[in-house]
Amino acid sequence: MKAFTYERASDARGAVEAVVNTPGARFIAGGTNLLDLMKLEIEQPQHLVDVSRLPIAGIEDTDEGGLRIGAMATNTRVASDSRVRARYRVLSQAIVSGASGQLRNKATTGGNLLQRTRCPYFYDTSKPCNKRRPGDGCAAIAGHIRESAILGASTACIAVHPSDMAVALVALDAEVETLSPAGHARRFPLMELHRLPGDTPHLETHLIPGELITAVVLPPPPPGGQQYRKARDRASYATAHASVAIAGGRIALGGLAHKPWRAVDAEAALADGASPAEAMARELKDAALRDENAFKVPLATRLVAATIAEAQAQAGAGRDA
Amino acid sequence: MSSVHDWAAPNPVTTNRSGLIGKPVDRYEGPLKVTGTAPYAYEVQPPSPPAYGVMVGATIAAGRIADVDIAAAEASPGVLAVWTHRNVPSQPPRGAKAHPRSTAGSSPALENDRVSYFGQPVAFVVADTLENAVAASMLVNLTYEADAPDVDFAASLDAAGQPPGEQDVEIGNFEDGFAASGVKLDETWTTPIQNHCQMEPCASIAWWEGDVCVAHTSIQMVKPAQHGLAETLGIDRDAVHLMTRYIGGGFGGKGQTYDDLTLAALAARALKQPVKVAFTRQQMMHGTIHRPATVQRVRLGADKDGRLNAFSLMTWTHCHRSGSFTEHASNFARALYAAPNRLTGHRLVRLDLPHAGPMRAPGEASGTLSLECAMDELAEQLGLDPVDLRIRNEPPVDPENGRPFSQRQLVRCLREGAQLFGWERRTAKPGQVRDGRWLVGMGMAAAIRGNFLLPAKCSFSVDAEGVITVRQGMTDIGTGTYTVLAQIAAETLGVPLGKVVVEIGDSELPPAPGSGGQFGAATAGSAALAAGMNLRKALAELATGDPRSPLYGDDPELVTFQDGVIAIENKSETLAALVARAAPEGLTVEGDSRPAADMREWSTQTYGGHFCEVGVDPVTGEVRVRRMLGVFAAGRILNAKTAKSQLTGGMIWGIASALHEGNAVDPRHGSLLAQDLAQYLVTVQADVGELDAIMLDEVDDKANPMGIKGVGELGNSGAGAAVANAIYNACGVRVRDYPITPDKLLAGLIAKGL
Ligand SMILES: Cc1cc2nc3c(=O)[nH]c(=O)nc-3n(C[C@H](O)[C@H](O)[C@H](O)COP(=O)(O)OP(=O)(O)OC[C@H]3O[C@@H](n4cnc5c(N)ncnc54)[C@H](O)[C@@H]3O)c2cc1C
Ligand code: SF4
Repeated sequence: MKAFTYERASDARGAVEAVVNTPGARFIAGGTNLLDLMKLEIEQPQHLVDVSRLPIAGIEDTDEGGLRIGAMATNTRVASDSRVRARYRVLSQAIVSGASGQLRNKATTGGNLLQRTRCPYFYDTSKPCNKRRPGDGCAAIAGHIRESAILGASTACIAVHPSDMAVALVALDAEVETLSPAGHARRFPLMELHRLPGDTPHLETHLIPGELITAVVLPPPPPGGQQYRKARDRASYATAHASVAIAGGRIALGGLAHKPWRAVDAEAALADGASPAEAMARELKDAALRDENAFKVPLATRLVAATIAEAQAQAGAGRDA
Repeated sequence: MSSVHDWAAPNPVTTNRSGLIGKPVDRYEGPLKVTGTAPYAYEVQPPSPPAYGVMVGATIAAGRIADVDIAAAEASPGVLAVWTHRNVPSQPPRGAKAHPRSTAGSSPALENDRVSYFGQPVAFVVADTLENAVAASMLVNLTYEADAPDVDFAASLDAAGQPPGEQDVEIGNFEDGFAASGVKLDETWTTPIQNHCQMEPCASIAWWEGDVCVAHTSIQMVKPAQHGLAETLGIDRDAVHLMTRYIGGGFGGKGQTYDDLTLAALAARALKQPVKVAFTRQQMMHGTIHRPATVQRVRLGADKDGRLNAFSLMTWTHCHRSGSFTEHASNFARALYAAPNRLTGHRLVRLDLPHAGPMRAPGEASGTLSLECAMDELAEQLGLDPVDLRIRNEPPVDPENGRPFSQRQLVRCLREGAQLFGWERRTAKPGQVRDGRWLVGMGMAAAIRGNFLLPAKCSFSVDAEGVITVRQGMTDIGTGTYTVLAQIAAETLGVPLGKVVVEIGDSELPPAPGSGGQFGAATAGSAALAAGMNLRKALAELATGDPRSPLYGDDPELVTFQDGVIAIENKSETLAALVARAAPEGLTVEGDSRPAADMREWSTQTYGGHFCEVGVDPVTGEVRVRRMLGVFAAGRILNAKTAKSQLTGGMIWGIASALHEGNAVDPRHGSLLAQDLAQYLVTVQADVGELDAIMLDEVDDKANPMGIKGVGELGNSGAGAAVANAIYNACGVRVRDYPITPDKLLAGLIAKGL
């Protein structure tokens, strides 16, 4: 680990200023991802601005009938909030399917969105990785890993985004609120937060350097059922081979791309009366497959069908109740 | 030399008057461990502040270090030393023994410019703080001349040959027998590399007291570590005082020392300061040994009644370029089932991969994953129940060497297990049972693991307060050694457990071979019993020879020991009173034990039966273990709690082998893909449903004087096969390439139209 300096921010504006004005500065929230990466020198911030104590950890009702989740609300807090569990169960399910209880107690909403890939070559600093060192090459492409993208991958990077929470948030049509380095608040769809790798896999989001996520805003829950399912190698504490979030008529997919993937084509096909399998065939028609990850096509297809059925059953049970 | 018949005589452990033997007493060192106050090697307080060493691993698998640039590392804050092969203090050549009777030879660190596996320690940095050492270690700049590594096991099977000094074992004529069999099976299984992933990484701290090197390290066997370090440092063996008080898991991976120990000792000498060195989690994966991958071909030929006529298990495996370790996955099969025509053997290929070595139930853990599934497949072909098929092939004597079994309760394990588990509810036809989203199935497998006894010594002391102190150069790798030694001492001397102190893990104590091969409790315990018997005798003689004792003049043979009191009929006094009066300085005696001369006239094994119920999600190919039961026969059980926890721990490892564990080699780099515990998946709590292990009553008086056998590895054996067989029963898909991950199972489910 490289030596670094540290300060604790007391207000959001001050935090942004500190990051903008200090070379090599980064925010740190729960630290569950950033610290691990610093130990391996994959991340090398010279200065940390600790935002974990900022007073943006609450969960409030919005005038529109949704929820505003402060960026510092921990994953555990969000997943166990009674309003989230009653009205946004897909979010609660997604969060508790990720990481471990200990990690979720520390991990924050903002940090979870910005967690970095679990590509094994990203973690092995003896191997080339464009995400770690732009222009270095990608060890994964000629490697043999199952945990690679089938959608939106590039010749520079085939990594997937590991967040479960973000998949549910995309299905819920959430928005992100930020404070920009210039001190302006802005709000945009969470679907537009993450990028595909393209030629610049080291750039993972559309945030400007120094921009602080302050909240995630949920619109009122869509009509219809909600359900999250995640397929993985073990029952807990493993990232997804594929995951599916259903919220009403909206579908988001995890484990398949460099970002949480809103299945717009599948949604449209379903609305046109297609079966889930047909809808997924349309969604995955451009999937780029490798021997090791080709199983994700049938896996995601079957998982979507099963999850839709479960969401519908849940909606039905909700109506009956 | 003694005979095993001598072992059948009653002794305090076998008569078990106070009932302490077998009791599920809590761990002796439990409070220290759960309060975080048991000092593991890295946490031992040295006499003066330590410096911190960090190793640097090679980033190629084969080749040489062409150039070294340590200037930046040396200039980094707090750095005290930076070593590579160019400037490490000189050490005797590899394998050298100045003392011919050393149990290990020199093992020089940073030996030369050659790199023979990825992650091999090639540089070493010492600094005033761990942070400074880590930071500087990243600045060591090595230039390599890399050779193309030969690391692709699957592509190297043709290059595999007989392991050194071994031959295939053939009884009868396998090929003819197989050809003539009416019902045949010929299938191949593969198992991956597994890493031990002990909770405590390998770590050492060392300092020098004059000419003596004092070292604490995390090691399963004390003596070879002491001897090996002395040889490497080029000093007298007595000049190494090696301790290993608490160990956070070994599983075979700490049966040898690594460069952390050597470098800590060398640096402490050079810097005249204590130095501690630990492997990082990432370094553990390559820098220590692993269980090698295997390819196993099983051929079974039977008649239509299910009697095996021909059976073969051939194993291909790999080890390091310089090694000879062989994962003997075929060995156990020689003692398991009857069949007139038999062929077993191994093929070994040397690769530019890290060192292969023993891991919990070496051989059995891998081998049962093929043979015990093959038996399941054969049972299906024959239309027989898998339990029944095994019982039909139960041999009356060891099927290869004809020796009588000392004890063999395999059939009872299978029958009782089947009954307790509700095996009769299993539907033979796969894919018939559904529970919500899950397809449910049951599977079973037999378990077998050899039993061993090695020579060992132990000393017992009693002080004027009647406290018994057990001293032995034994280790406790989390298995319960401290606790069972205390129980043996308490029962033998008739004192409460609270009056026993156990000191182990020290090279200055009477030597014992340590923990491994599930021989620990039997070996260390037998020596402890011998020492206890000697102390009984000494105390009885002390009392009956002491005119001030109420027992004076009586026959020492008649003295009884109970509740801290020694007595003959109604004459008695407390142990404490006797010792305080007649031997105020206390009394110390030694005892030793060794295998009986005729021990090998019996086939001595431990046995079990695993029963497992899994759910398979046909949508995703995910598997969950719903219930699992193991029934075991492993001699007398010393402590029902620690033994059961060994067995269930082994069973969980079996679940892991079936479903989760395995590390893939990157064939371009010779490195392992998973380098931390987020990537290397071991079974977690949520993967294990109801789990139970039952130990049958058994006394094996051919095994040792206590009639006990080992349980540390038995639970692993067969457990994974029971899971795999249950998967087949649930959904009708056989995956013969472990672990059975969703991607593989899904392919089979889709092929079946599920
Ligand atoms: C072993 C392991 C397994 C895991 N498994 C899963 C899993 O299965 N599913 C899953 O979803 N997650 C998983 N996680 C990831 C876990 O969810 C993340 O580590 C966690 O959510 C990150 O949150 P944090 O607050 O600790 O972030 P930090 O580590 O503090 O920060 C992460 C990044 O976000 C930046 N950042 C933090 N807050 C803000 C903000 N408000 N504005 C702008 N930038 C910010 C930091 O600068 C840093 O770059 C796993 C983690 C581990 C260690
Ligand atoms: S896939 Fe992306 S993260 Fe992985 S090695 Fe390639 S560039 Fe790096």
